[in-house]
Amino acid sequence: MSKMRRWLGRNAIRIYAVIAFAYLFVPVAYTLAFSFNDSGKSNIAWRGFTLDKWKNPCGAPDVCPALGNSLKIGVLATLIATVLGTMIAFALARHRFRGRTATNLTIFLPMATPEVVLGASLLALFLNLKINLGFNTIVIAHVMFCISFVVVTVKARIAGLDPRLEQAAMDLYADEFQTFRRITLPLVAPGIAAGALLAFSLSFDDFIITNFNSGSVNTFPKFIWVSSLRGIPAQANVIASAMFFLALIAVLVGQAVTAGRKKQKA
Amino acid sequence: MAAPAETGGRDLRLERVTKRFGTFVAVDDLSLTIPSGSFFALLGPSGCGKTTTLRMVAGLEEPTAGTILIGDDDVTNAKPYKRPVNTVFQSYALFPHLDIFENVAFGLRRRGGKQIKAQVDEALELVELGGMARRKPAQLSGGQQQRVALARAIVNRPAVLLLDEPLGALDLKLRRQMQIELKRIQTEVGLTFVHVTHDQEEAMTMADTIAVMNGGHVEQMGGPADLYESPQTTFVANFLGQSNLIRAAVSGKSGDDLVLEVHGQKVAMPAARRASGTDDLLIGVRPEKIQLAQPGESTEGFGSNALPGGVVTDASFTGVSTQYLVRMPWGQELMVFAQNLGAAGLLRPGSKVDLHWDPAHTFALDGSLDANAGVAHEGATPVPVG
Amino acid sequence: MSAAQGIGVGEQQQLEDDQHDSGSSAPTQPGRRRATPYLLLLPGMAWLTIFFILPIATLLSTSTQTRPEGAEIGVYTQTFRVANYTDTLSEYATVFARSFTYALIATVLALAISYPLAYAIAFKVGRWRNLLLVLVVAPFFVSFLLRTVAWKQILADEGWVADALRTLHVLSPDGRIINTAPAVVIGITYNFLPFMILPIYASLERVDPRLMEAAGDLYANALTTMRKVTFPLSLPGVVAGTLLTFIPAAGDYVNSALLGDPVHTTMVGNVIDSRFLKVVDYPTAAVLSVSLMVSILVLVGLYIRRAGTEELV
Repeated sequence: MSKMRRWLGRNAIRIYAVIAFAYLFVPVAYTLAFSFNDSGKSNIAWRGFTLDKWKNPCGAPDVCPALGNSLKIGVLATLIATVLGTMIAFALARHRFRGRTATNLTIFLPMATPEVVLGASLLALFLNLKINLGFNTIVIAHVMFCISFVVVTVKARIAGLDPRLEQAAMDLYADEFQTFRRITLPLVAPGIAAGALLAFSLSFDDFIITNFNSGSVNTFPKFIWVSSLRGIPAQANVIASAMFFLALIAVLVGQAVTAGRKKQKA
Repeated sequence: MAAPAETGGRDLRLERVTKRFGTFVAVDDLSLTIPSGSFFALLGPSGCGKTTTLRMVAGLEEPTAGTILIGDDDVTNAKPYKRPVNTVFQSYALFPHLDIFENVAFGLRRRGGKQIKAQVDEALELVELGGMARRKPAQLSGGQQQRVALARAIVNRPAVLLLDEPLGALDLKLRRQMQIELKRIQTEVGLTFVHVTHDQEEAMTMADTIAVMNGGHVEQMGGPADLYESPQTTFVANFLGQSNLIRAAVSGKSGDDLVLEVHGQKVAMPAARRASGTDDLLIGVRPEKIQLAQPGESTEGFGSNALPGGVVTDASFTGVSTQYLVRMPWGQELMVFAQNLGAAGLLRPGSKVDLHWDPAHTFALDGSLDANAGVAHEGATPVPVG
Repeated sequence: MSAAQGIGVGEQQQLEDDQHDSGSSAPTQPGRRRATPYLLLLPGMAWLTIFFILPIATLLSTSTQTRPEGAEIGVYTQTFRVANYTDTLSEYATVFARSFTYALIATVLALAISYPLAYAIAFKVGRWRNLLLVLVVAPFFVSFLLRTVAWKQILADEGWVADALRTLHVLSPDGRIINTAPAVVIGITYNFLPFMILPIYASLERVDPRLMEAAGDLYANALTTMRKVTFPLSLPGVVAGTLLTFIPAAGDYVNSALLGDPVHTTMVGNVIDSRFLKVVDYPTAAVLSVSLMVSILVLVGLYIRRAGTEELV
């Protein structure tokens, strides 16, 4: 009995972790499982296993156009937000200037504002200016809330960079531009990539802000929201599951590569 | 872009250079000439302005006032990449994303030189890293990284090579080895080396000329032996090795010798070794120059200066020598290093001793100077001077 | 060994440098140097000014507008009617209170789930660390709406959770989970978990395990070590995590809409959404938005001051 208790005591935190992981993965398991459901119009009850939906992911009306829009918006918003955010990050990390506090506040506030307020306020602006809602307004909105996250990610990377490396480059006859291109940029690149990935995932999965500013344009999250009232076709689960596996594989491969490099060093 | 010149006959000159950061004066009206081909050390404690001086020569700081010349070229405001100067950075600053070859080739490529491979290979050979060209910096040991940093700078044949505490990150044994190595390489390539360090032993091992810096100016400049045997200020006397500084007053002359009164005792020293014109002096004797004799013991062969009446308060055996603290009748504690010759036994604390030394080993400094200047090694408490 | 020495000396030298160096890279021409940061800031800050600050200002302006007599639906004019605030806030006081209560409970639950998990990953799993970190983030590669819909299925009246709880008599035979406040809170807690786990992990990872050993060596038991050493050192992560969870939680309406009940679990977000998009009552939506934002900022400000850390994200 006391042996058992001691074992529990020593492993309590591991047991807790296992339970926490279960909590994390149950909804994922549902989403994955129901992509194989032989469902009719709605996809709530289990009706048997089928691969039909995986063979024909665009089989349900509107799914694939919505996905296409989300991808297009995601890529465009990520590009713009990454460029603008990286520039701000360099200004903040590498320069002294007046208005620094105001800049920091303007970067911080969008992250501290609930999405529903961001969406509603932007809609109020678009209505006032009589701007038609659609693809462009979605991109504008996504860039707006992605910039801050890019700034924070890239800034951290620049801050971690040893200024002596750039000084060494200049000492070795590289002018400002060459120093930036050959030393600074390659060394900050992982941070920029991380910021871009974050921006893309935020944009791709955004529903609340999009819902306010999309007009009649459909995106993948909006498609799910709208069809959740009538029944979500299993194809949506297929697409979400495929994205899940793609992202998972990408991250695992990335990790394996870094681990391999580290091992080489050691 | 001005092509960095090949070496040969270009001295580095600093003329009345001052650098202020706000109200803090880091370098104060400094003038220095570093002859071409010399191994020059800037030695001083943290905050003395040596690193700032180096950074101004490299072009990483702009002087507030003054001129920096290399040969006849005024480089005071030139960008770092437009000067024939290269730096071995503290902690090396090797580019982590480039391999060793590309690190060394970096400067050559920027200048668009030819036969880059041959030059890089030669530089790597020089630092004995021939087989490492395709490794990344993180795969090398600290000592190897240090050599790469050196090769990366030397390969450009700069008129002046700056070394910013280059051995600070290495452990003691490796540091000794690299000191010899650096000296060999400098002799081999014949470049001007300017070496910044706070380690006096390192400076003395390698440099032909040392400038001891303190508070933004040069306290004294000269060869290592010259600085050690004849310090001109209390700071130099204490910062380079250790010194016993004792209050003395000039009481007369006898031939070429000066006769001094030290707490009631007469001692002598060559008049030529007096660094100050004042009559109130601080005389200095290095601890290893003093010999101890117990009262009644033969003092044959000992120096003719003597201060009797000391009591050993502490003895620590270090192998090569024994370090004694001796309390003198006027309360001051003097330090004496007795070489371990195996003949004499250890003196125990409480033993009565007389101090003897050769008059020629005495130096005399201005008595108004702070006797504790330059002592400030970590945790040192000021020594009362009687 | 030599690396550690190197860091020590490096810091010492850095001190010397820092006394008089801004730590920036090599000097550039004074004229260019002054203009560069502004050129870098211009496009991004212009974007944020036009599409974030201006909209918030518009929202402020909208919040005091009124609808003129006999005007069309959706037409409002500025009348500076501050009473919009008192009217709206008294009407929706319970909704506000509910939003903050749900957000608070969800934040506490998320902290309770995340801290041990982050701790386990940081200190107890050895070489599985990186893999487990990926697994922590992995669920959030699935669209959050689908995950919420999955919760709807899991917590459904005929689902296995409800069945199990009925069997255990935790739930009465006709009791339900779906469409209740607990369902909404479960959904919210789940939704923002990575925002809690990742910052806590990041600050725990930086804690030197030798500090905990030292605490043990100095007669602290496991609990005291946690209370006096580990937790205080991980506080920046805890502060960041709780903020990153609480803020979106307080404004959320998706969980309430999908897992809750249209009357009894309504949150501010739901009201803003429906006032704006369905009822076309812009002033009320604006009042609620402004109030939500201001109250969150005030709470965040107080919390940060209390926690004594400026290190946010």
